[in-house]
Amino acid sequence: MIKAAQNRRTLRADTITLAHGSGGKAMRDLIEDVFVGGFDNKHLDTLEDQARFDLTDLSALGGRIAMTTDSYVVDPLFFPGGDIGKLAVTGTVNDLAVSGAKPLYLTCGMIIEEGFAVEELRRIVASMKSTADAAGVAIVTGDTKVVHKGAADKLFINTAGIGIIPSNINITATRAKPGDVVLINGFIGDHGAAIVDARGEMSLEHTINSDCQPLNDLIKCMLEICPDIHCMRDATRGGVATVLNEFAELSSTGIMLNESTLPIRTEVRGMCEILGLDPLYLANEGKLVAIVPAEHANDLLTAMKSHPAGKDSAIVGEVIQEHVGRVILQTGFGGNRIVDMLVGEQLPRIC
Amino acid sequence: MKYVDEFRDPNKARALVKKIHALKDKLHLSDGKPLQLMEFCGGHTHTIFRYGIEQMLPNWIELVHGPGCPVCVLPMGRVDDCVALAERPDVIFTTFGDAMRVPGSKKSLLQAKATGADIRMTYSPLDALELARKNPERQVIFFGLGFETTMPSTALTVLQAEAEGIENFSLFCNHITTVPTIKAILDSPDMQIDGFLAPGHVSMVVGEQPFEFVARSYHKPLVITGFEPLDILQSIWMLLQQLADKRCEVENQYARIVPKEGNATGLDAISKVFELREFFEWRGLGSIDHSGVKMREKYARFDAEQKFSVPNLKIADPKSCQCGEVLKGVIRPWECKVFGTNCNPETPMGALMVSSEGACAAYYNFGNLPDLLSKRIKLQKESVA
Repeated sequence: MIKAAQNRRTLRADTITLAHGSGGKAMRDLIEDVFVGGFDNKHLDTLEDQARFDLTDLSALGGRIAMTTDSYVVDPLFFPGGDIGKLAVTGTVNDLAVSGAKPLYLTCGMIIEEGFAVEELRRIVASMKSTADAAGVAIVTGDTKVVHKGAADKLFINTAGIGIIPSNINITATRAKPGDVVLINGFIGDHGAAIVDARGEMSLEHTINSDCQPLNDLIKCMLEICPDIHCMRDATRGGVATVLNEFAELSSTGIMLNESTLPIRTEVRGMCEILGLDPLYLANEGKLVAIVPAEHANDLLTAMKSHPAGKDSAIVGEVIQEHVGRVILQTGFGGNRIVDMLVGEQLPRIC
Repeated sequence: MKYVDEFRDPNKARALVKKIHALKDKLHLSDGKPLQLMEFCGGHTHTIFRYGIEQMLPNWIELVHGPGCPVCVLPMGRVDDCVALAERPDVIFTTFGDAMRVPGSKKSLLQAKATGADIRMTYSPLDALELARKNPERQVIFFGLGFETTMPSTALTVLQAEAEGIENFSLFCNHITTVPTIKAILDSPDMQIDGFLAPGHVSMVVGEQPFEFVARSYHKPLVITGFEPLDILQSIWMLLQQLADKRCEVENQYARIVPKEGNATGLDAISKVFELREFFEWRGLGSIDHSGVKMREKYARFDAEQKFSVPNLKIADPKSCQCGEVLKGVIRPWECKVFGTNCNPETPMGALMVSSEGACAAYYNFGNLPDLLSKRIKLQKESVA
């Protein structure tokens, strides 16, 4: 095992060619140098076709395994606040963590368009590695495919992950009860706005950074204060509005949001004003929405605010008995409106 | 946020709502029939729903959501023409995002894009011109639509293309005009509107004068209105004040943006490039005289309609669709036979369900759907009885 790690092959090419996906020597160079070297952990060093885990170690952490997968196709690959690699790790870590699980291991499947620069691939792998380290997870197995020019757009990544759910945790989208409180861990819509901004179509004055970040440590702190969190999801595509609609529908309750308490950055609001977008539907990559018992809400808020991933946390609404399956927004102006699920894509208005 | 929050102040809103309530006794309301005020512009409709303004108003005021959403009134035949242009292999077809989902008789632009047409969303016609510069071997067509608000920018883009000699740029012109449309609504036999909130951004270009006929010839009050929620409440109050005083005037609530005489540079560009069409087809409203513009002969080489052959077929609206009656305020969106069932934002039948500025989409997205549907069933039962 140690021998393999010490004598890793080196990749000398500047660009990825079909040969790097052919199963031959070039592919071995790519895998050993870029991936095994980049992700750097004992599971990969064995160069086996699969990662192997000791069940006793896993079951010491809890009785249930959480498992999830997600594919990442963001354009551009690099954007303020992150890149596709960071996203591929945080996205899957967060999907595990919102169940209350401790995320442990990730897989990494890459589909690379021929002609992709090796230097960019190295940067993305380095970003995955540092994000995984920060989140306390390891990327333990992977796969590489290279496709003809035009058959994929530069690089697509799939990651799957497993984690262990402690036995005292029961977070599901069906548990919202009237009187519960809705918590968010900070500014909403930053990722969606950052991507629009990074595409360079708007030439905005200020750069907007993606909120792309792992949430597992924040969630660990929250569960220490209140293990009985009722519902929790990360608000990615479809935004906060979509997650809340899912809670309302699956729990057969209503949810009342208070617009004036929603944390939204001025830059993001400004962009939404110009483009006719609604921040409630913009994607986030480091924001969770939690429904918690009212008696624990303030303690949770204090704990969240003292964590770097939650310093702008806020209570933004409550679960209500009326309006079953609906999310109602009390507008800052004094009226009410229904916040429905997003239909189609959010497109800019024309006048 | 500066210049935004000032116009969304809830305390000022409450004060205005109070003033509106206070006018009730001075108005001569006939029993049972609420005052019908039409906001012409889709931008106003959007604001009304986004801020929940309807629920803040007394029940003796009914807002009628007019035809001022250019995406909504685009007839199917024109969408088919767009698709035909976009599917030409030599063409890059550029459009504002809203128009992507409008149903044609066979497909929308979004569906055409999915099946291989090179269709790109742009934020400005100048983006299309830039694409033409960068792709000299392709034909770049800009789908020009909108009222007088967007006309100056397309006109200036055509003038710029002419000045630079960019011959691979052309415009598929579907611009429409406000005044003939308001006139058509006023001439309609089932017209019941008591006053108009006139479109602020159209007025920014054309000024106050073109609306004078509404007060003079049709004796209806009209207030040029801005797009923030306080603008709308203030304009409603101004309309009611006119009705209470038995005045019929053109008033300008949006004076911070709208000069009395309009924008001379914009108007000049419009009249250089465009001339009135004899008539233009509207979804739901049918053909209205002089309600659209086309490109002048001098700019024929930038006119996609002349440069390429378009099918130009007239396609009838689906029979069950009642967009026309909704647009004229004869029925409310949720009273339409297919609202929320066969016609919804995912599979729109009528264009009012397509754009976020369409009245039906606004009711669907921001209204209480189960309530509205049960109200409609009740109405249908009553009409049968």
